[in-house]
Amino acid sequence: MINFLLLPILIPLITGVLLMFINKHVMLQRWVASISAFVTVIIAAMLAHKVHTEGIQTLNLSNWDAPFGITLVSDMLSALLVLTTSIISFACIIFSFRGIGQEREKFNYYASMSFLIVGVNGAFTTGDIFNLFVFFEVMLMSSYVLIVLGGTKIQLRESIKYLLVNVISSALFVIAVGYLYSVTGTLNMAHLSERIASISADGQLGIITVIGVLFMIVFGLKGAVFPLFFWLPGSYYAPPAPVMAIFGALLTKVGVYSITRTYSLLFYHEGGTIQALLGVMAVLSIIFGVIGAIAYWDIKKIIIYNIITAVGVILAGVASMNEDALAGSVFYIIHDMIVKAALFLLVGIMIAITGTSNLKQISGLIKNYPGLAWTFFIASLALAGIPPLSGFVGKLLLIKGVFDAEHYWTGAIILMSSLFVLFSVMKIFINGFWGKPLTYKGEEKAPVRQLMAAPVILVILAVVYGVGADFVFPYISQAANILVNPDLYIDAVLKE
Amino acid sequence: MKTNDLILQTATKIVLFIIVLFSIYIFFAGHYTPGGGFVGGLLTAGAIILLLLAFDMKTVAKILPINYMTMTAVGLLFAIGTAAGALLFNVPFLTHAFGDVHLPILGEMALHTATIFDLGVFLVVVGVTMTIIQTIGGDE
Repeated sequence: MINFLLLPILIPLITGVLLMFINKHVMLQRWVASISAFVTVIIAAMLAHKVHTEGIQTLNLSNWDAPFGITLVSDMLSALLVLTTSIISFACIIFSFRGIGQEREKFNYYASMSFLIVGVNGAFTTGDIFNLFVFFEVMLMSSYVLIVLGGTKIQLRESIKYLLVNVISSALFVIAVGYLYSVTGTLNMAHLSERIASISADGQLGIITVIGVLFMIVFGLKGAVFPLFFWLPGSYYAPPAPVMAIFGALLTKVGVYSITRTYSLLFYHEGGTIQALLGVMAVLSIIFGVIGAIAYWDIKKIIIYNIITAVGVILAGVASMNEDALAGSVFYIIHDMIVKAALFLLVGIMIAITGTSNLKQISGLIKNYPGLAWTFFIASLALAGIPPLSGFVGKLLLIKGVFDAEHYWTGAIILMSSLFVLFSVMKIFINGFWGKPLTYKGEEKAPVRQLMAAPVILVILAVVYGVGADFVFPYISQAANILVNPDLYIDAVLKE
Repeated sequence: MKTNDLILQTATKIVLFIIVLFSIYIFFAGHYTPGGGFVGGLLTAGAIILLLLAFDMKTVAKILPINYMTMTAVGLLFAIGTAAGALLFNVPFLTHAFGDVHLPILGEMALHTATIFDLGVFLVVVGVTMTIIQTIGGDE
């Protein structure tokens, strides 16, 4: 079936529309949303397998040939990210059954969730730069709804900031696409790459560099890269746990993916300037992320600042632009999506038990909730990159690549950052789980057992992903191979 | 003080049909001349808003007993259904079909599935516009 790579976008889209019809029947919505999310996971896994065996999949929508119509392209990187997205959305949806509350579920919560998945999967799959913008907007519109749904005071305040920043960055995105179109005259990414190559060969590098930097600002705002991350800590603090998990795991990673895609496919001729800028921004993101993570005594804030660190680590790999570093980045981005989602969900359970996110008011949770404690412990070790777990392999490859590219300071800072990341999450573990057990108001009402299902699935996946690195590595290296050799991508799309 | 809106209401009753007709014309003309689902939908929504201005919300809800959220969802289903229909024939998504069809009363007609997609857009635009207006205005 030639439309196969479309299914991870189409299934959530149809689900979202159907959920709009039944928005007052909570039980029915839960069934429809979770079944469709599960089917999407299976389809995405089949797609990843298909890309692995048959090479890059492309689909020219409405039967127009490549540079003229919209092309959807599923190479290994996007197939893996679509699979990860589907798994995380499934976990967040089953967490929402008990974790979000009926009053939100009755107001199109699951429909917004489905449309968010449409946007994210679409952004990962598209091969057209303006279509990428459209999918960004689909994703952002749904995230506006999710961030404000419920209408508490903090949500209203933070959604205004979030909306303002994203409207501005979307306007910049349109401007950047406009410049790029006026210079090259095309929007298809593979065709853009060819045109930019010929423009660069003519020696007109200046304008291409300017557009490249403009795209960096746009995607940096979406992906929370230093110095454009200022909106993230507040905005992600506001929504309830499952929404926070899906934001923390997916939204910034779409920005990171876009940076990876555009700099490996479009602006690679230019080398020097943009790469150096990306490297500096990545290192500063790491530094400011860990400063935030160790500064706070608020469990949500600690995990939120760890997002910024992770974005920095991934982009440091992208800035090095060799096969090891890119393979490391790809490995690390998938690891980070899974582990961040798990950590946010676990933090959500802790808040459901204690009613506070202030670490100084939490203590001794391990006495009554040993399962929660050890799951959190494993997730923290995975985040920091302790050997058998998933964070290790990615970071190892990444650092090897970074040192090969002779970015010694960057490598040293990534290594140091692991230490601080470990410190920040162990701070939660030691202060929150050890010590004298306290009793909390409303503690017995928290449905801990039911809520644990989703993070446990994710943590098991993270462990399997780390232990079975040998098994997943062929997929990762295939993804990195295309990033290093953009000609493979161009040939697959333009069929020459 | 009770105001008398007789002139406004009478004028609305006449103008309404002209606007609706014009919106339908714009909708169908979209393939060859400026127009299409988006402007057509906005014009229809404009006609309903004129009704809202001349009468009140309860009266309009009685005249047009439509749930606009459902209307939006139906419009989306039309659009996705047209696009996904291509999957049944194993051609790329969004591939449209066209042809000359013989209809009972109208006779020989050239039809294109893009019109059904446009109908979806039309319904979504009307549904969304009216949902926004009703939600903002409905807080009495």
